[in-house]
Amino acid sequence: MDYTIKIGGEAGQGIQTVGGTLAGFFAKSGYHVFTNQDYESRIRGGHNFYQIRVSDSPVMSSRDKIDILVAMDRDSIPLHEKELTEIGQVVYDSSTLKQKYDNPRFLDLPFVNIALKHGDKIMASTVAVGAVLGMLGMKPDILNEIIKVTFKKKGEEIIKNNINAAKAGHDFALENCKECFSTTAAKNGQPGNPKMLISGTEAIGFGAVASGVKFYSAYPMTPATGIMNYIAGKEEEYGIIVEQAEDEISAINMSLGASFAGVRSMTGTSGGGFALMTEGLSLAGMTEIPVVIALAQRPGPATGLPTRTEQGDLMFALYAGHGEFPRIVFAPGTPEQAFYLTNKGFDLAEKYQIPVIIMTDQYLADAQWTFDEFDLSRLEYTDYRLRSDRLEKLTEYKRYAFTETGVTPLGIPGDSRHLVVIDSDEHDEDGHIVEDAEIRTRMMDKRIFKKMPHIREEIAPPALYGSKRPDIVIVGWGSTYGIMKEVVDLFSKNSNIAMMHFSEIYPFPSPENFYYLKDLHNAKLAICVENNATGQFARLMRAETGFEFKASVNKYDGRPFTLESLAGEINEYIRGL
Amino acid sequence: MSTLEDYSGQQPAWCPGCGNFGILKSFKDAMVEMDIGPEQFSIVSGIGQSSKFPHYVKCNTFNGLHGRALPVATGIRLANNEHPVMVFTGDGDCYGEGGNHLIHAIRRNINVKLFVHDNQIYGLTKGQASPTSMEGTKTKNQPFGVFSEQLNPMALAVALDCSFVARGFSGDTEHTKELIKAALSHKGFSLVDILQPCVSFNKTNTYQWYQERVYKIGPDYDPEDKVQAFQKALEWGERIPIGIIFKNNSRIIYEERIPVIKDAPLVNQSFDSIKLEGTLKEFY
Repeated sequence: MDYTIKIGGEAGQGIQTVGGTLAGFFAKSGYHVFTNQDYESRIRGGHNFYQIRVSDSPVMSSRDKIDILVAMDRDSIPLHEKELTEIGQVVYDSSTLKQKYDNPRFLDLPFVNIALKHGDKIMASTVAVGAVLGMLGMKPDILNEIIKVTFKKKGEEIIKNNINAAKAGHDFALENCKECFSTTAAKNGQPGNPKMLISGTEAIGFGAVASGVKFYSAYPMTPATGIMNYIAGKEEEYGIIVEQAEDEISAINMSLGASFAGVRSMTGTSGGGFALMTEGLSLAGMTEIPVVIALAQRPGPATGLPTRTEQGDLMFALYAGHGEFPRIVFAPGTPEQAFYLTNKGFDLAEKYQIPVIIMTDQYLADAQWTFDEFDLSRLEYTDYRLRSDRLEKLTEYKRYAFTETGVTPLGIPGDSRHLVVIDSDEHDEDGHIVEDAEIRTRMMDKRIFKKMPHIREEIAPPALYGSKRPDIVIVGWGSTYGIMKEVVDLFSKNSNIAMMHFSEIYPFPSPENFYYLKDLHNAKLAICVENNATGQFARLMRAETGFEFKASVNKYDGRPFTLESLAGEINEYIRGL
Repeated sequence: MSTLEDYSGQQPAWCPGCGNFGILKSFKDAMVEMDIGPEQFSIVSGIGQSSKFPHYVKCNTFNGLHGRALPVATGIRLANNEHPVMVFTGDGDCYGEGGNHLIHAIRRNINVKLFVHDNQIYGLTKGQASPTSMEGTKTKNQPFGVFSEQLNPMALAVALDCSFVARGFSGDTEHTKELIKAALSHKGFSLVDILQPCVSFNKTNTYQWYQERVYKIGPDYDPEDKVQAFQKALEWGERIPIGIIFKNNSRIIYEERIPVIKDAPLVNQSFDSIKLEGTLKEFY
């Protein structure tokens, strides 16, 4: 069972309500779910969609073909009609679209009228959800549970009305949609225990909270704003301060001030905001203050496509910030990876006193995946800082004392008789300004050459999936994890194919420690898959290892890869072999 | 009992005769009188001759980026609202590069004390005009003279309802010391703009130029009268008032509006991982 439901409409029509509720229903029912969203940079109007894939096996990408199209505006039909499978159905409300379609595959379902009959036309979304369930032959019982929780604050009456509205939509669809999938419904048993449903944004937010973040400062920017929203929702419960800064320069500097004062700090932004933060990033490097930065990519350059997706800032994240200093760059491929890598990011930022950049993009940020659970026992939390007694008992304290590892114990100001002195200028062990050539050289050695070997040891190898001795390897980083994995599954019966995915990008996994280069050299064909125009990861691979990709698939139209489109590209290469 | 020695840091790298020396003396005298130990507070500075200040004093120090001292200071105060934070900066750093942050720090009323070394010129970069340079000032970069109107930080601060607004003159170290103490004792964002001559690059606003113009605001002036404060802030030219121009006791400091730090500073609040199980369940 593998259905794709697409809800299309104008901003403000309730697409997210319908989509979100359906996705939640499927997850709670124990199905595997993958959702992605496509929206314009506006608050009302335009055309947007929410796409849900539901299956009894794990799914992690979107398909080109859809089974049910919920058309909430007229544009949905010409825009998406061609995507329907042979048995695909459209459900719409002729009173809203002001048009009637005389076609057995078009179900005219009066969302608005049914909603009005049960109390309020605002429940049209609930009716739509019930309708889709009816079309799939799924009983709305679990939906009623969700309605009870969602509308708990609105009272019994509203809950009852919504439950009835959903049932009405469900029953109407079941009765009137002759060509629907309800005949196959009997096969849709209870697939498993309720699953968790989580997006990339929520995973990073939750990951930060789970890592003891205490201070988050940011300036709103799509698609990073959701992280700030999530953490702000947890302020009271966890004792966190979220501060909306006046600009991104303030955001990064506030985070550094808070970190200097002794708390785990983080900021988040997209490419344009990160551009403003780069001097602050350099400051973090020079002053060795721990900080975590979430960089949620969208298409550039400049304002670009504000609500769409791209993997165009890799080189930027790697080299931003004038001068030379160490950093870590992670690029999770799933919400689960995002959760654990955010935690690892905080741990390493504090341990090595460096900036850590967690890269994501609109596709991963907004996509929702199902998982059985996250294992909280895998989380790391060590307080590496020197506080109160431990700091007080030292006979002297030099913030930048030279050490074997390059990492100096990190004291916090105001917590003992010792002073903590930080400077953006080059400085001596005490933290005071120097221009001395020898001290400068030793400080560069400390920050870079002493620390880097230790940091490198912390980096995990790329993930390998598929054939152990592949003829074809598809290679990618960040949000292409799911799509590449499904492509490998699709081709594995007839081809000797594997995927290699990098989620820990910098320091680059060392070829001395790991043997992934062997697979690349031994393969007949290694293809680099990237959601950007200039193949930034391919260039990084060559710079770090000398390996040069002879083939690549690049997409830079602001949209993510879909299963059929990437499979098509890979197939072309396979046929050419 | 503290002594001046307790607060003495490195040997200053300022030009002989620099107005900064006066401010340094005023500050150290103020700290001795207020008896706040060096380890108990932090000075945040930007970049410029002014911003080398914390190195010449003994204190926790964050000498950050040009124009960006206020966000850092804000971050420190939010992380530890029991830790006094002062900012030492210059007219270019604060009113130019950092102008946006000044506006929003005043809006927040974050409890930070801001001391601006205002020498109406850029010193460290050797003589360009600053936002407070007077119209017509000629420099290598402004060969026809400055075209823009001189920025009035006092009027700006009063207009934004800044909690404490004062102007000083580095040549009167006793008066400046009292202003510093008043700012440190005040609860709220405090801006003290301290006029000081740059002996190397500002040939207009010299010691003598200031001596001829500054006058102390008298005891019958009510600093809580906003309209009067605005008028006082607009006085410039032949007569330049120094002293407390505006004092607003009605504003609550930002730190006290935040429920999360009502009972304890953020830095003293531990991370409670017990709650994570419950948070995880929210995704089901």
